[in-house]
Parts: sequence; structure tokens; C-alpha cells
Amino acid sequence: MTVKTGKTLMEVRNLKMHFPITKGFFKRTIGHVKAVDDVSFDIIEGETLGVVGESGCGKTTTGRCLMRILQPTSGEILYRREDGEVVDLTSLSSRDLKPYRRDIRMIFQDPQSSLNPRMPVVELVGEAMRLNGIAEGKELEDRVAELLKKVGLRPEYMRRFPHAFSGGERQRIGIARALSLNPRLVVADEAVSALDVSVQAQTLNLMQDLQDEFKLTYVFVAHDLSVVEHIADRIAVMYVGKLVEICSTEALFDRPMHPYTAALLSAVPKPDPRLRGKGSRTRLTGEVADPSNPPPGCPFHPRCSFATDLCKTDVPPLRRVEDGHMAACHYAGDLPIKGVAALAG
Amino acid sequence: MHDTTPLIEVNGLQTQFFTDEGVVRSVEGVDFTIPAGKTLCVVGESGSGKSVTARSILRIENPGRIVGGEILYHKDGEVIDLARIGPKTRQIRQIRGRDIAMIFQEPMSALSPVHTIGDQIVEALTLHFPISKDEAKRRAIEVLGRVGIPKAADRFGAYTFELSGGMRQRVCIAMALSCEPRLLIADEPTTALDVTTQANILDLIADLQKETGMAVMFITHDLGVVAEIADEVAVMYLGQVMERGDVDSIFHDPKHPYTRALLDSIPRLGQRGAHRLASIRGMVPHPFDRPSGCPFHTRCDSYMPGRCNRIDPPAVSFGPGREAKCLLHTKEEGVA
Repeated sequence: MTVKTGKTLMEVRNLKMHFPITKGFFKRTIGHVKAVDDVSFDIIEGETLGVVGESGCGKTTTGRCLMRILQPTSGEILYRREDGEVVDLTSLSSRDLKPYRRDIRMIFQDPQSSLNPRMPVVELVGEAMRLNGIAEGKELEDRVAELLKKVGLRPEYMRRFPHAFSGGERQRIGIARALSLNPRLVVADEAVSALDVSVQAQTLNLMQDLQDEFKLTYVFVAHDLSVVEHIADRIAVMYVGKLVEICSTEALFDRPMHPYTAALLSAVPKPDPRLRGKGSRTRLTGEVADPSNPPPGCPFHPRCSFATDLCKTDVPPLRRVEDGHMAACHYAGDLPIKGVAALAG
Repeated sequence: MHDTTPLIEVNGLQTQFFTDEGVVRSVEGVDFTIPAGKTLCVVGESGSGKSVTARSILRIENPGRIVGGEILYHKDGEVIDLARIGPKTRQIRQIRGRDIAMIFQEPMSALSPVHTIGDQIVEALTLHFPISKDEAKRRAIEVLGRVGIPKAADRFGAYTFELSGGMRQRVCIAMALSCEPRLLIADEPTTALDVTTQANILDLIADLQKETGMAVMFITHDLGVVAEIADEVAVMYLGQVMERGDVDSIFHDPKHPYTRALLDSIPRLGQRGAHRLASIRGMVPHPFDRPSGCPFHTRCDSYMPGRCNRIDPPAVSFGPGREAKCLLHTKEEGVA
């Protein structure tokens, strides 16, 4: 898997999403949860960008901002249309946004709660096509049948309701729905986390096949690093609302630059009992910082074993350390941290 | 590894749920042994009956019912069949929480939201030991400190909503360990947690096990976790143990096609490439239409028509504690 050198599909610039904390009868704003705080990255056409991090790091919020489910506090989301023109999605009114809603679709984590239990599959998958005036009546049903076949479900089941399907099948319905409008970018938010390993493997294979067939670009938000390694071309690591490292999948697993990435990698259980107790382990102590009251300086410094006085005062900017490898650490590239191969050895 | 004395022996356990639509046979003849002081990992996909098995040992299988088999608990030379005791009797209440304790997947729903964490631990202690409130409080603070809760004395009066997910799971572990059980049953205790927190909790359980010498029955679907902590492994599918043995043989010499398929379907760190994941085709059958013969034959790559769908595969032994239920293996091969 090499880094795809296509055109940039989307440029995210200084994205901020701050949620106000209100108190009292008049809902005075007493602070902000900085769920996403000054995040910038590019999404290249045809690639799969993995976004990883612990709960509360802002990975889901970032995904939702890309779709404008949430209106970001500030920043730009520059989307390159098929005709080459670049638009800033954050400034559009909801009416002007409508054509782009067809291009950017989402797959949700919980296949149970993301499908309306009162709608049959044909409605769930076909609703968006009907609303966008793409197809109606018999034609709509044919298209739904086609989509269901694509995701490996039997078209005869289109009159059934979601409860008649298993978790893996429901997730396939969610994927069919996301693909119904021929999107260019699909944001998959923990799309396989709720599934059993055997079904998870089926779903990941399906998503890869569909990507090849429809030339899709994925933003794959997940907390499971081994899944992300399998599917992603590039990976962005987030910590307390900040992007701490972004680079190709190989580089991240072989030569992580940020100590948080290294700690995250070493925490993943390795499925081989013979590797037990081998290699160095970095154990993170303490809790994830509170995004409403992040520590000064580098947000990771209270848990970092390499932290110096500089880290306590100065916020490290995300900077280019190697070609295509960015990290937000004062000492990126100089730390004795190891990749996965070294951990396993 | 196999000369240790058994703490729990489960033989032919059957637990069923009688619903309006029919009988759900969740646990259909399960056999395994939990050796004293060791860790048994039970793996399987959802619906394989691993949680129901664990609950049957504690006799909290309600609304299900144990309809067959035995659960032998070896207590100081005495053998008690837990399957024969009523789930509401005094005898099981003295074992439940005292000798055998359990932690659950969702710490938020396992703890009371309206009592302080300290009070919940004190309640467990005073129920099982004839000690005063003050003594119980002292012990509760001690155990909270032991599971790594900082400033345990201050946190004694905290409510669950004031704690993070990892801290709540530590409270559950503290409560389970407060009575120094001989067996800790952990039902997917780290599934809802981040990898970094999971690593800490797994280390904590391992340390406490070393300290107290308790046995652990660990239920999970994550084979990575199994590789990290297990001594013995039981692989379950549709209410049966398909294969069991020590952790090294399960990972490096799996005998059952289901175990092999499970191992192949996990994405492994450091083995990237454009390869596709091997997946198991189809999905776990609905509990109302269990396949005849071997329950896995509908998804198995080594399916032999006319045999697998007719014959219930017997357990073939490959050594002490090492068994697989598959017609690919014959009795002769097993003994050799």
C-alpha cells in the first residue's frame, strides 16, 4: 500500500469545534469544551484516511464537522468539486449545502440505532434517492435491489424491517444507504467496532471492494489500531482535540514520532501468546486530559515520559519532520521511541 | 501446567431459555475446567453462550434455567455441585460474591448511581464478614487503593458519575476483590474501554492474581487479549466448547476449523499489505434454527456432506485438558 498521490479532495484548515458549557437559568456560558481545537489536514482523492485516538479526543466530532452535521466554530473545509472548483463548506447556508450532501455520506457506529425501526429496508436505502429526485416507484426499487446486491444482501428482503437482520447485515444496510447517492467521500465513524471479528472481516473486505469499484474516498474513524492499519493509507492520530501526528500507515507503525502514538501502539494486545512480555511496553498512567480545561503547553505532557519544562509551557505546533510525516512534538524525530516491528521483536 | 488442582469443573452444562417463541438452547453441553490460580479465557462470537455459561456458574442465569450437567466447585477438599443448589438459597448466597465474584462489561450499569462507591463496597463486606462498619470502611479504602484509585480515602464518598470509565471498572474490580474470592469471573470487562485503559486494567488483574492466587475466568471476543493473559482457552460456538487447551496450542496448533477461521479473521498489527482478511462466510445462525450435527458445519470450509450435518462430533482428546469436537479428528489420532 503506497500513499496515493491523487488530487486533494478536501482541505481542512484550522478547524475548531468548541461546545459551550452553560449553567443556570439563563444558560450563561461558563466555559467551552474544545472538542476539536485547530486541526488542519488534507484528504486525498481515492485514499482511506484513518483517524484514531482515545474516547473524547474529538475524532467523531471531526468526522461530523466534515459532513456539516455540526457547524464548526471556526476554520475552513475546502472541498474540491468534480469540476475542479473549490468551495468552503463551512460558509454555505443549508440550502446551498444540499448538492454537497450527496457527495459526502456517513456510516454510523451503531447499526441498531442508526436505522429507523419503523422503516422497511427499501425506504431506508431509497429515501435519499427519492428526496433528491433521482428515482421513484419501480425504478427506485430496482436501484435499491441493485445496491443491496452490491453489499451482499438479498434483494427479496427489501420489505423487511431492521429488526429482522443481524448486526452485520444491518451495517450492510447502512453502507448501502451511504452509497445510494454515488458519494465521493464516505465518513465511516467506528463502522466495524460493534461487530464480531468474523463479521468485521467481511465488512472490511466489502468496504475495500466498494472503494475500488466506486472510486470512493474514506475517512475511517476508529479506535482499533489493527483495523485502521489494515484499511488505511494514511493515519491521523488525535489527542484532546488536537492532531498530534499524521503520516502514511507504514511510517506510523514503523517510525512513530509522537510519544503518544508510540504508547497507543504498545497498548494494542498482540494476538500471539509467544510475544507475551516481550519488547518494551509503554504504560500510560493518569487520565486523558479534560478538553474543557486542557493543561498548558503540550496537552500530552502530564502523561509523557519524555516531557521537559518546555513541554509544560509551549504548545508544540504540528510540523513536518519527514516528507509526508507531520508530528506535534517539540522533540519529534529525536526521541528513542519504537515502532511495531521493534515492539514485537 | 496441567497438574494444578481444578477449582471449578463444568461437565455437560445445559442452560436453556423458555421463551414464547420456543426454547433457546444457549448452553448445550459445555465442558471445561478452571484450574486454581490460573486464567481461563472463554472466546467466541456474540450468541455463543459464553456469558450465559458464566452466569450459570454464579447461578444468576435467570430467566434461563439449568436443565442438565454439573458445576463442581472444589472447596477445601469438599465438592459442591452448584448446578444442584437453588439459585435463591442461603448456600449459594454465601458463595456468590464471597468465593466467586464477577465483573461486568458495562461498569456504569453494574454500579448503583445513587450510592457512593464506598457504601457499595462496604455493603458487600458487611454481608459476608462479621465486621463493624468502621472496619469495613477501612478495608474498602484499602482495596480501592490497591486497584490504583488515587486518593482512595477521598474517593470513598464519590458517586459513579464523578468517575471515568476506567475508574468505574476499577471500582467494580475493587468490589469484586473486597472479599478475596477464589474465582473472579470477568465478562468482557475491557470491551467498553480504550486500548490504553484496557492495557492498564489487564495488568491490574494480572498483578492482583499474582498477589492473591485467585483463578480468573475471562470472557472476551478479542483474541489479542486472550494471547496476553490466558493460561487455558475454551473456544465456544453456539453453546458448545469447540476446542480447548493451553494458550500456546490454541494459537499455534489449532485443531478445530472454527478456531483456525477465527484466528485468520483478525487484522494483526505489523502484517499490513494489500491482502484481504480471511472471513468466515455467513453469520452465526439464529438460536431457533440450530444446525443439526456439528453446529459450525454451515460455515465450515472443511464441511463433509453427509457426515458433519448428521453426526454430533464427539470430543477428541489430544492430551490433558486438550480437546476438539470435530469429525476431522479421529479417536486414534487423538490418543497418538
